[in-house]
Amino acid sequence: MTKISISVNGESKSAEVEDRTLLSHFLRENLGLTGTHIGCDTSQCGACLVHVDGLAVKSCTMFAVEADGTDVRTIEGMANADGSLSKIQAAFQEHHGLQCGFCTPGMVMSAAALLKENPDPSEEDIREYLEGNICRCTGYHNIVKAIQAAAAA
Amino acid sequence: MKDGIGAPVKRKEDKRFTTGKGKYTDDIRNDNQAYAAFVRSPYAHARVKGIDTSAALAMEGVIDVLNGQQLTGDGIGNIICGWAITSKDGSPMNMGAWSALATEKVRYVGDAVAVVIAESQALARIAAEAVEVDYEELPVAANITAAMADGAPQIHDNAPGNQIYDWELGDEAATDAGLAEAAHVTTLNITNNRLSPNPMEPRSAVATYDDAEDHYTLYTTSQNPHVARLVLSAFYNVAPEHKLRVIAPDVGGGFGAKIYIYPEEITCLWASMKTNRSIKWTSDRSEAFLTDAHGRDHITTAKMGFDKDGKITGFKIDTLANIGAYMSLFSSSVPTYLYAPLMSGQYNIQNIHCNVRTYYTNTVPVDAYRGAGRPEATYLVERMMETAAREMGMDPAELRRRNFVQEFPHQTPVLMQYDSGDFPKILQMAQDAADIAGFEARKAEAAKRGKLRGLGYSTFIEACGLAPSKAAGSLGAGVGLWESAEVRVNPVGSIEILTGSHSHGQGHETTFAQIVADRFGLPVENVSIVHGDTDKVQFGMGTYGSRSGPVGMSAVVKAMDKVEAKVKKIAAHTLEASEDDIVIEGGEVKVSGTDKSMAWHEVGLAAYVAHNLPDDMEPGLKETAFFDPVNFSFPSGAFICEVEVDPDTGQTEIVNFTSADDFGTIINPMIVEGQVHGGVTQGIGQAMLEQVVYDEDGQLLNGSYMDYAMPRAADVPSYSISHHEDSPSPNNPLGVKGCGEAGAIGAPPAVINAITDAIGTNDLAMPATPQAVWNAIQAAK
Repeated sequence: MTKISISVNGESKSAEVEDRTLLSHFLRENLGLTGTHIGCDTSQCGACLVHVDGLAVKSCTMFAVEADGTDVRTIEGMANADGSLSKIQAAFQEHHGLQCGFCTPGMVMSAAALLKENPDPSEEDIREYLEGNICRCTGYHNIVKAIQAAAAA
Repeated sequence: MKDGIGAPVKRKEDKRFTTGKGKYTDDIRNDNQAYAAFVRSPYAHARVKGIDTSAALAMEGVIDVLNGQQLTGDGIGNIICGWAITSKDGSPMNMGAWSALATEKVRYVGDAVAVVIAESQALARIAAEAVEVDYEELPVAANITAAMADGAPQIHDNAPGNQIYDWELGDEAATDAGLAEAAHVTTLNITNNRLSPNPMEPRSAVATYDDAEDHYTLYTTSQNPHVARLVLSAFYNVAPEHKLRVIAPDVGGGFGAKIYIYPEEITCLWASMKTNRSIKWTSDRSEAFLTDAHGRDHITTAKMGFDKDGKITGFKIDTLANIGAYMSLFSSSVPTYLYAPLMSGQYNIQNIHCNVRTYYTNTVPVDAYRGAGRPEATYLVERMMETAAREMGMDPAELRRRNFVQEFPHQTPVLMQYDSGDFPKILQMAQDAADIAGFEARKAEAAKRGKLRGLGYSTFIEACGLAPSKAAGSLGAGVGLWESAEVRVNPVGSIEILTGSHSHGQGHETTFAQIVADRFGLPVENVSIVHGDTDKVQFGMGTYGSRSGPVGMSAVVKAMDKVEAKVKKIAAHTLEASEDDIVIEGGEVKVSGTDKSMAWHEVGLAAYVAHNLPDDMEPGLKETAFFDPVNFSFPSGAFICEVEVDPDTGQTEIVNFTSADDFGTIINPMIVEGQVHGGVTQGIGQAMLEQVVYDEDGQLLNGSYMDYAMPRAADVPSYSISHHEDSPSPNNPLGVKGCGEAGAIGAPPAVINAITDAIGTNDLAMPATPQAVWNAIQAAK
């Protein structure tokens, strides 16, 4: 067991974790942040995507101990301070960029990372960037539209 | 009205989903929770000679290891298929025994033989590795060809030659005569590739036994929690229905894979009683590939005859279908009654005969996957039309037009009576949107860049809302296929709809609220939807087969009829007017032609305080209805796919995909279009990317997202969609037809027809990977 301290959505969290604990499991099981979803076991689907020190990371690819001392943001930390939807979240609703909602946290986190890197992406840029996020419901059409709308907002 | 029928209302459920507040089964945390991990067979076919659990049981934190002998010893019943198919010789289908935990034999890689219950998920999995099973390997039949070969290994003793049934539909002699008189006969040999449904949320179950009440609660990833409860009670003897609550909370996609009741739910419920712990099991993706029911997997030979004018004279189909190692809940119906009755497509065909033989193989069970039988039929019919047009030198759109059904209702020779439609108009809509006139110029321009450009059609029909129950029963269904709803008007006037339909992405919380808002002139915010909990909702058959609209919403409408009648009686009594003069508009209950009215909530309150009701009226304002449709509904559509192929690499790009569809009345166009986008993408996945591959030993070769090619954002285009709403279904009160499966049904032949048009050969199988396309180009040289 190793003691770690991570800032999660602006709050400092400390815990004793097994070294093998993945960051995705730590967020869900230890912190109860179940918005980070686990959709595969090969780091392909992107449902568990979070930001670690501002970078997009699939939280199943990282051990919790590796995140010691970092600043982690999850989907639970993405809404505006008053609880209203941030512009990316609002764009997903406005443009029907989600159906079952399971891939959505990863998609929103991925979209936020993309727009930070490239504030004005083309449709092709968006589709290429989402290579690591799988959605089975939407066919991506409205996710692309939502991200374009968020970029323009 | 603003939020009524036809309005693109933004979804009520999205706030929780976009903020990470959705509540899926794996998010449930109970006190006293323990974790299950299954010991699964690494062999596709083997005898289980012994199970040594001692090493696992000795591990700290392991609570118990349970096996199939204990499970069957406790009276837990075998898993059954709920649709009895009768062979053409009159014999019943050969259903083999399927225990939730295998007892004597394992029949596919992933078949569960034991379950470990431990204090953590990680520990349970490690302990499962420590369970030693003594297997005696047996010969394997991993595909249809191997299963039907002479001397094939016998998978179930009661299915000689591994055949489950040999079934037919239609008039063979008349069809043979129709083919004999044809001026041209087109023959196709095609394979419908095996797919894994892959909802993004893996299956999960949390089972809790309460020994004080002798009661079970199951949270599970189900599309139909009441059906789960029924089957768990009536057939698997887990607990009687009043002692079992099944809750399907937020469910992350289903696509058919979450209809069935799997070994894991049964085992977790039983293990909860055995250990007196709350038991959680969540599949990982590898386990999902191994154990979620797969879809499709047909081999078909078919002939279609045409007269000199291109009119179809006969259509004869011979299909072999793979059921997998066991018969899953609706598996028998998919290649029969969900398949052969669709063989008439959009066409007026007098003579059709379809023969289907199904076989056990040493692979995971095969059952309904988005479309279920209808994609297989549509792929055959639409590739047939395109191929025949090419062989006869006709325009493929013109060949279709010559054969379109023009009058409704239309009785086909394969059971179906089509309700309504306008096939020529829908095809024209798609052709206009796809700019068919400009295709030759685009093709010439592509050729200058060294690319082959092709165009493919698919004009498809599907059947949704399988009904009526009486007819389904006469064809062998073990359940009725109605739906129920309760409309509760609260004393403050807000409304709760309890529905037996289940949303796992379809947006029921919004669309069901819209039909209520539309009817009573209330804001959608005042309407909430309750679903997915057998303790709350009276009963329900669930959501599959695009039935939530045509069947589920119709039950709501029927219950609203009863509410409206009572509201009118109360208002007439209070306002001292005739019931016939009462109208409900904009949230008010008015006496027509006067200024007398009551606010909607005043009627609600009047019903509950009951101070001044008509003498013979019961207090309260809630009504229940069960709706059993008189017939299926028949959505249809025309898809046009345009591709560019790089002949040097076989790489194919979909440059344009156009959909014109007829879903009858549209409740929420935003949601309907979302269903088309997703369905078409799954159809493109089948056509170009996806295929489950087992080797000859029955080992799954592509059981992860590293190996199984899911469609990703860069694999698919944006779509052009339009709707024809002038042919509402006469079979339900809203005129809706269902939209959930159309994309997956119609898209594969459009894509393959486009690619084969581009490369100039009809000989191309799905999935049309770059290698497959390149090989087809080389073979045609």
